[in-house]
Amino acid sequence: MSQAEFRAALLDPGRPAPAGLTDPDGRPAGRRFDVYRNNVTVSLTEALRQAFPVVRKLVGDEFFTAMAREHLRAHPPTSPVLMFYGRAMPAFLETFPPVGQLPYLADVARLELALRESYHAADAAALPPGALQDLAPEAVLAARFTLAPAVRLVASRWPVHAIWSANMRGTPVPTAADAQDVLILRPQFDAEPLLLPIGAAPFVAALLAGRTVAEALEAAPAFDLTATLGLLIGGNAITGLSTGD
Amino acid sequence: MLDRTAMDRLPARPGVGYKPQHFSNILADAAPVAWLEIHAENYMGEGGRPLAQLRALAERFPLSVHGVGLSIGGEGPLDRDHLARLHRLCGWLNPASFSEHLAWSTHDAAFLNDLLPLPYTEATLARVADHIDQVQDHVGRRMLLENPSVYLDFTETNLDEIDFLTEVVKRTGCGLLLDVNNVFVSCTNRRTDPEDYIDRFPHDLVGEIHLGGHDEDRDDTGAPLLIDAHGSEVTDPVWQLYARTIRRAGPRPTLIEWDNDVPDWPVLAAEATRAARILDRVTA
Repeated sequence: MSQAEFRAALLDPGRPAPAGLTDPDGRPAGRRFDVYRNNVTVSLTEALRQAFPVVRKLVGDEFFTAMAREHLRAHPPTSPVLMFYGRAMPAFLETFPPVGQLPYLADVARLELALRESYHAADAAALPPGALQDLAPEAVLAARFTLAPAVRLVASRWPVHAIWSANMRGTPVPTAADAQDVLILRPQFDAEPLLLPIGAAPFVAALLAGRTVAEALEAAPAFDLTATLGLLIGGNAITGLSTGD
Repeated sequence: MLDRTAMDRLPARPGVGYKPQHFSNILADAAPVAWLEIHAENYMGEGGRPLAQLRALAERFPLSVHGVGLSIGGEGPLDRDHLARLHRLCGWLNPASFSEHLAWSTHDAAFLNDLLPLPYTEATLARVADHIDQVQDHVGRRMLLENPSVYLDFTETNLDEIDFLTEVVKRTGCGLLLDVNNVFVSCTNRRTDPEDYIDRFPHDLVGEIHLGGHDEDRDDTGAPLLIDAHGSEVTDPVWQLYARTIRRAGPRPTLIEWDNDVPDWPVLAAEATRAARILDRVTA
C-alpha cells in the first residue's frame, strides 16, 4: 500500500481505511486507522484556530471548526513549520459561500496572518532617537528608510482595526463600514496593530518598497505626516537610513 | 554560535519538553529538571520572543532539538528547505542532542502534522537508512531515531521493529531514542508484551528516553486501543516499564513530554521528580 493511498484516505472521511492495514488478528484496521485521521484533522484544525482567533470569534467556534476542516482538506500545509500555516485562508474565505455575508472576513484573516509574520520576523535595532532631527530637511526627503523586518501594512476597505480590537481588546464594535489601514509594528516582542491616519498607507507602502521619502510623499497626496512618522519612530520601526544616491 | 561547550551532552537526569508558559518558572528554579527539549519546528522563525527565550535557556541548560516534521519514513525525497532549516537551528544553538522519528508526515508536498506509520520491510529499511544518512550529512551531526506509537499492523511488514531499528543504526551510525510510553502503547495495541520489548531493546544504542501520557480508547472489536496523546500524567504501567528500562540500561537522560493541556509548572516538575527518584535508585 502506498503513502498516496494512505494520505488520500486520511483526508477523506468517506473512504474506508486502505487495504493492507489490520488489527493484530488480521481484521481491517477500521477505528485504528481513524486514530491517524483524527490526529491529522484535530491538530491542523487547532493550528488554524490558533492562527485566526478573531475570524473564529466572528463566525463562532462550531462554524469555524467545520470550516477549518474543509479548508485543511483543500489546502493542507505545505511546510512542517506550522507557525505560518493558513496563508491560503483569506482567498478561501473570499470564495467560501457560507461566509458570503461577511465580506470583511478575508481582510481580518490577512491582518491575523500579518500579526503572526510580524511576531516571528527578524529582530532589528531602531535608529537612535534624534537620528532624523539631525538631518537637514532636504536630506530627509532624499533619504530611504529601512523599516524593521517586523513591519507590516494591511490596507482594507473595511474597518478591520476596529473589528480586531473589538474582538481582542473589548473596544466598542464598529457601527460604520469605514475603510481602515493597519500598520503592524513590533517595538520589542509583541506585534501591535495600529490604526494608520487616513491616506497614509501609500506613503508607508512606498517606504517599505525602498522609495525615498520624497517619492513616498508623492505617492500619498494628503495625510498626517507628523502622526505617521510618530507611529513609526515610537514603534522602533525605522532601523536604517541611507542618504546616498 | 553560543558557547555551549559545557553543555554538549544531555545529563542522565530528568528533562522536560519546553513550553513558553513555563519560561519564568524555569529561570526561577527548574529543579529537578536538568535539561530541556524543544520541537525544532517551533523555532524556525527569524526572530522575536521565541528565539530570544531559546537563547536565554541555552545559556543555562543543555538542550535537545527534537524534530517532528522531517518525514524520514516518507516515500518521496526529504524536504531540502527543511533540512537547511534544521542545519541552521542546530548550527547556532549547538544542542546537546538532535532527534527525529521513525515515521512519515509529508506526502506530495502536503504536511499532515502526524507521525504516520510505515511497514517494516527491506525496502522501507533501505529508504529510512538512506534518509538518515542525508539528515546526518546535512545537519552535520549524529541523530537519534525514536520508536513510534502504532495503532495498526501492515500486512506487508516482515521485519520486527527492534531488528529494523538496530539495522538502521548499523547502517547509518545514528543512535536511538527509546520512548517507553510508545512501547507500552504499541505493544498494547498490537497485543505483544511490552516487558519483552524492553528486555530485547539494544540499550547501549539509546541516547535518550521519552515518557508521556496516553489516552485509552477501544477498537471496533472492543479491544483496548491506546493513543499517544501527551496530554496527561505518565501512567503507572509506563513508570514500571521505565524502572525496568533503567535497571537494565542504567541511568539515561529522561524526558517528560506534555504537549497538550499543558499543566502548571509544579505538576510537570512533579513528574520529573518521579523520574529522578527512579534514576537515583540505580545511581545510588
